[in-house]
Amino acid sequence: MKQLLVFIRKEFYHVFRDRRTLLIMFGLPVVQIILFGFALSSEVKNIRLGISDNAEDVNSRQIISKIRSSDYFIVSEKKIGYGELEAEFRKGNMTAALIFPNSFGNDLLHSGTAPVQIITDGSDPNIAKTVVNYLTNIIQAYQAENFGRAAGYQVVPEIRMLYNEEGNGSLNFIPGVMALILMIVCTALTSVSIVKEKELGTMEVLLVSPFKPIWVLIAKAIPYLVLSILNFTVILLMAVFVLGVEVRGNVPLLFFESILFIITCLSLGLLISNATNSQQTALLLSLMVMMLPTIIFTGFMMPLENMPVPFQVISNIVPAKWYYNIIKSVMLKGLGFEYVWKETLVLGGMTVFLLTIALKKFKTTL
Amino acid sequence: MSESVITCTDLTKRFGDFLAVNHISFDVKKGEIFGFLGANGAGKTTAMRMLCGLSYPTSGKAVIAGYDVYTQQEDIKRNIGYMSQKFSLYEDLTVLENIEFYGGVYGMDRKTIRTRSHALVQKLGLLPEAKKLVGALPLGWKQKLAFSVAVFHEPKIVFLDEPTGGVDPVTRRQFWDMIYEASAGGITVFVTTHYMDEAEYCNRISVMVDGRIEALDTPGNLKKHLDAVTMEDVFYQLARGAGRSGDQ
Repeated sequence: MKQLLVFIRKEFYHVFRDRRTLLIMFGLPVVQIILFGFALSSEVKNIRLGISDNAEDVNSRQIISKIRSSDYFIVSEKKIGYGELEAEFRKGNMTAALIFPNSFGNDLLHSGTAPVQIITDGSDPNIAKTVVNYLTNIIQAYQAENFGRAAGYQVVPEIRMLYNEEGNGSLNFIPGVMALILMIVCTALTSVSIVKEKELGTMEVLLVSPFKPIWVLIAKAIPYLVLSILNFTVILLMAVFVLGVEVRGNVPLLFFESILFIITCLSLGLLISNATNSQQTALLLSLMVMMLPTIIFTGFMMPLENMPVPFQVISNIVPAKWYYNIIKSVMLKGLGFEYVWKETLVLGGMTVFLLTIALKKFKTTL
Repeated sequence: MSESVITCTDLTKRFGDFLAVNHISFDVKKGEIFGFLGANGAGKTTAMRMLCGLSYPTSGKAVIAGYDVYTQQEDIKRNIGYMSQKFSLYEDLTVLENIEFYGGVYGMDRKTIRTRSHALVQKLGLLPEAKKLVGALPLGWKQKLAFSVAVFHEPKIVFLDEPTGGVDPVTRRQFWDMIYEASAGGITVFVTTHYMDEAEYCNRISVMVDGRIEALDTPGNLKKHLDAVTMEDVFYQLARGAGRSGDQ
C-alpha cells in the first residue's frame, strides 16, 4: 500500500508540472460554458422586421405595438410596395416583413377573416420558421384576447416550457458540456499518461520491480479521478452562479453519478492505452473515437429523435449518452434515483465490462 | 568457489514456431561482471526478460538469486535491479524525487531512503542539482544517476540493458568505474552491450548467435581460442555466420 502511495504522489507531480495540460483541463470547461452560455444561443433574437402597415387602424396598430414590445424584433416601419420588398431583403435591411393590407380592420370586423402577409428570408430555414412562429403567436394571442369570445368555444393553447419557464436556451448544453469535458479529460489524459511510461521506457523498469502492474493503472487513474471531480464541481458552480441555472436535484446523487461516469471514462482511457505505444496515437484515438461520438450521439447538440433509427441504436453504446440523460433528469428536472436507476445500471455495467477487458489486455501485453 | 546467483539450464523461449532462445545454459557467480553479447535478433533481450521475471520460459530451468523463475517471480523482482536503455528516469521529476520514488517502489522505508539518498547525491557530486529536474541534467549525469537508482535498494543482481548508448568514451569509463565498485560490493552485474571495448571490462562474456550461446569465457581466453586480437574480431568470427538479423 505504501508503494501505491509513493506512485500516486509521483503521478500528481507529473500532472501539476505539465502546465499545458492543466490549462486545457481547467480552461476548457470555462471556455465552453462561456461560449455556450453567452455567445452561442439557439434562440433567435434581434430579427430585423420591416412592417408595412397599409391599414393603419386600431387593430393593426395594436398588433404592431405588441410586436415592438417583444424582445425578438427590431422593427422598422416603411410604406413599401411589393416590388421594393425584394430589394430590401437583398440589401439585408430586413430578414422578415409583415404586411397589413389596407382593408385589414374592415375585413376583421365584417368577414371574420383578415389576411396579413408574413415574408421571411428562406435562405436560413431555421430562422425563417422561428420568425413565422413568433409572429403567428403574437397575432393569434391578439386575436384570442380581443375576438376570442365572439367565436364561441375556442381552444387556446397555453404553452409552458416545463423545467425551463424562461425558455432559457442555455440549460440544455450544461449536461452536455459536463459529459464532454469529463470524457475528454479522463479518457485522453489517462491513456496518454500510461502510454507515456511505455514511451519513456520507465514502464519496463516498473514491471521488473515488485510493483504490481494493476497498481500502475490505479495510481495513474487516481489523480485524474480527483481532478475530474474538481472539474465537475467547477462546472456546476459556474452553471449556478454565472449562468443562473437552478440545480433542482439531489446534489450527492449528482456527484455519485458523475464519479461513476468518470470511472467509465478512465476505463476507456486504460483500454485505449493498451492499443498503442505512442502518445500521439493515444491522444488521437481518445479524441477522435471518444469526442466525436459524444458530441453526436448524446443528443445535446442535435436531438436524437431527429436521427435515423440506426444512429439512435448506435447511441446506446456511447456511455456519454446515458450520463447525459441522467444529468438532465437529476439536475434539471430534479428527479430522484428511482427514475435513473436503469441508466445507472447500464453505465455501471459498461464500466465493469470495460475495466475487465482493459485489465486483461494490460496483463498480456507485457 | 563463489556461489552462483544465476543458473540456467536449457532455457528456451518459443514464439509459435520461432525459437527465440534455444536451450541456453550458463551460470553467473556472485559479484561477477557478466557480459551478455550478441547481434540484434540473437535472442539477448528475450533471454534477459526471462531472467528478470518479465516473461515465462517455454522450457528449461532458471534460478535467479536463489528463486525459481516459474514459481517465484515476485521474489526475483524484489532482489534485482534494472536499468533500461532509455535510463528509466522521469525527466519532469527532480533528482531526489526520482531516487525516493524508486526507493519507495522497492519497499524501502522513509528513513533509509532519506539517509541513503543524501549520501548518494553527495557521492555523485549532485548535491547542487538535487532539487533540479532530471531533464535538465546532461546525459552523462543521467546515466550515472540511473545506475545508482538501479542499485539503490542494494539488490543481489543488477541487469543493465545497453546502458552506455550515446555517451562519450570518458563518461563511459567513469560509468564502468561505478560498475566495478558495485561488483566489489557484492552486487552481480549482468550487462548487455554493443561496445566491444566494454566487453573487455567484463569478467566473463557470453555470445549469443541465433538463439544459442556460441561462446562463454573470459575475454582473454576467447581471444586466444579464436586467434583474435580484439573483442571485435571475436565477435565478428562468432556472429558472422548468423542466420538472423535485426530485432525480431
